[in-house]
Amino acid sequence: MRFSGLKILKEGLTGNKGWTEHWRNPEPKKEYDILIIGGGGHGLSTAYYLAKNHGIKNIAVLEKGYLGGGNVGRNTTIVRANYFLPGNSEFYSHSLKLWEGLEQDLNYNVMHSKRGLINLFHSDGQRDAFARRGNAMINQGDDAILLDKDGVRDLLPYLDFEQTRFPIYGGLYHPRGGSARHDAVAWGYARGADTRGVDLIQNCEVTGIDIKQGRVTGVQTTRGAINAKKVGIVVAGRSGQLAAMAGMNLPIESHILQAFVTEGLKPCIDHVVSFGMGHFYISQSDKGGLVFGGDLDFYTSYAQRGNLPMKEHVMEAGMTLMPMIGKARVLRSWGGIMDMTPDGSPIIDKTSIDGLYIDCGWCYGGFKAVPASGYCFAHLMATDRHHEVASGFRLSRFKTGYGLIDEEGTGSQHNLH
Amino acid sequence: MRIPCPVCGERDRREFYYVGDAKIVKRPSPDASEDIWNDYLHNRENPAGVTRDLWYHESGCNSWLVVTRNTVTHEVETAELAIDLKGELS
Repeated sequence: MRFSGLKILKEGLTGNKGWTEHWRNPEPKKEYDILIIGGGGHGLSTAYYLAKNHGIKNIAVLEKGYLGGGNVGRNTTIVRANYFLPGNSEFYSHSLKLWEGLEQDLNYNVMHSKRGLINLFHSDGQRDAFARRGNAMINQGDDAILLDKDGVRDLLPYLDFEQTRFPIYGGLYHPRGGSARHDAVAWGYARGADTRGVDLIQNCEVTGIDIKQGRVTGVQTTRGAINAKKVGIVVAGRSGQLAAMAGMNLPIESHILQAFVTEGLKPCIDHVVSFGMGHFYISQSDKGGLVFGGDLDFYTSYAQRGNLPMKEHVMEAGMTLMPMIGKARVLRSWGGIMDMTPDGSPIIDKTSIDGLYIDCGWCYGGFKAVPASGYCFAHLMATDRHHEVASGFRLSRFKTGYGLIDEEGTGSQHNLH
Repeated sequence: MRIPCPVCGERDRREFYYVGDAKIVKRPSPDASEDIWNDYLHNRENPAGVTRDLWYHESGCNSWLVVTRNTVTHEVETAELAIDLKGELS
């Protein structure tokens, strides 16, 4: 079934009886060429690009719950390519280009909205750093505009510019940044993969990884054993448990990151606004809710909910930046399990076990990476070579110290990012 | 989340600074292999369930504490002085 304006018109006139399910619900086969563990954004996009770019037909995605029920369904939906360091910069640039063609590619409305992202700065030193970052973005071929205080005031008149703690000096404007509908991204990739013959198997938890003589041969699941030539682990915060099944410890700590949404309001915030000094970022959903988040709670957790001190901190940061939201009522808060690496950058690599690959370590920035992560992980799994824009995301960089990608410049050690 | 500091009693989580897996109390010898140092510095078991980790009571008595807690439920079981446990954490 292909979606189009004409199709909506036709279905509207004929009682909407012609819509079909977006994907099948198949029984797992005994054997696949490639198994992807994890039916989130990254896993589904990996399966999609394996089928689309590499022509591999015999693929299954194993998901312990339902498709898109993890971090891809519980993030703050920011899409951007404003990274500074080589290794990250070309990767996120590639991802943004994939975002820009995604709806046509998937024939699916992911509600990608290039509403522009503004990162605020609050001192002369920070202005210099942001000017430098903007230049790096432009060198990469992306867009960046350094705004002074009046420039920010034109776009965001509702901010409290004169606050005494962090007066606003200006902002780095990234017009191609924006947001997308998080669930729709997972659904679009799921539908695209299913259409190309990928089996999406839900309620199927992997309980063991079969390894013979240093080579992966398949997995044990709650729905029986499944053999495979290659297995990819794409499970974000649960990477530690899957790696343990293969006898590995990863350079990953799973932390909690909270997000919040208010009741629906009239349109008032037209951009994505990031207030780094308060660890606060906000946008408004198409339904009208203000979607915002803060920093990690800063202790390892799998609870998918956070504690009160960070909630208080986020609310304070929001009130410092834009007092106008003070009377909006918060409807919900929730947490995601972030797979934090020591240097804050991801891992897309082979493991020490033949045929076993891993894509993890997205920290709190995985959503915007969904297209390129799948694209590059599919390339690695299909060809056994690193894709050129993801060649820096090596597992070995922590041991050797060579090629660390420490975007924040805080060091390569757990608990610093 | 509240942490029962053995010196100060039960205190708000905000008084404490989180460091990480308690295994970092037991530093390898300087001439240990690269693999051992890499494990010590970077690799983590990262359990979903009971874990032991190192916290610093920075707004209290300045003690280093080993806290046993559950990463799934956020229950805190015990907090012990790290110095008392240094021998057994390996």
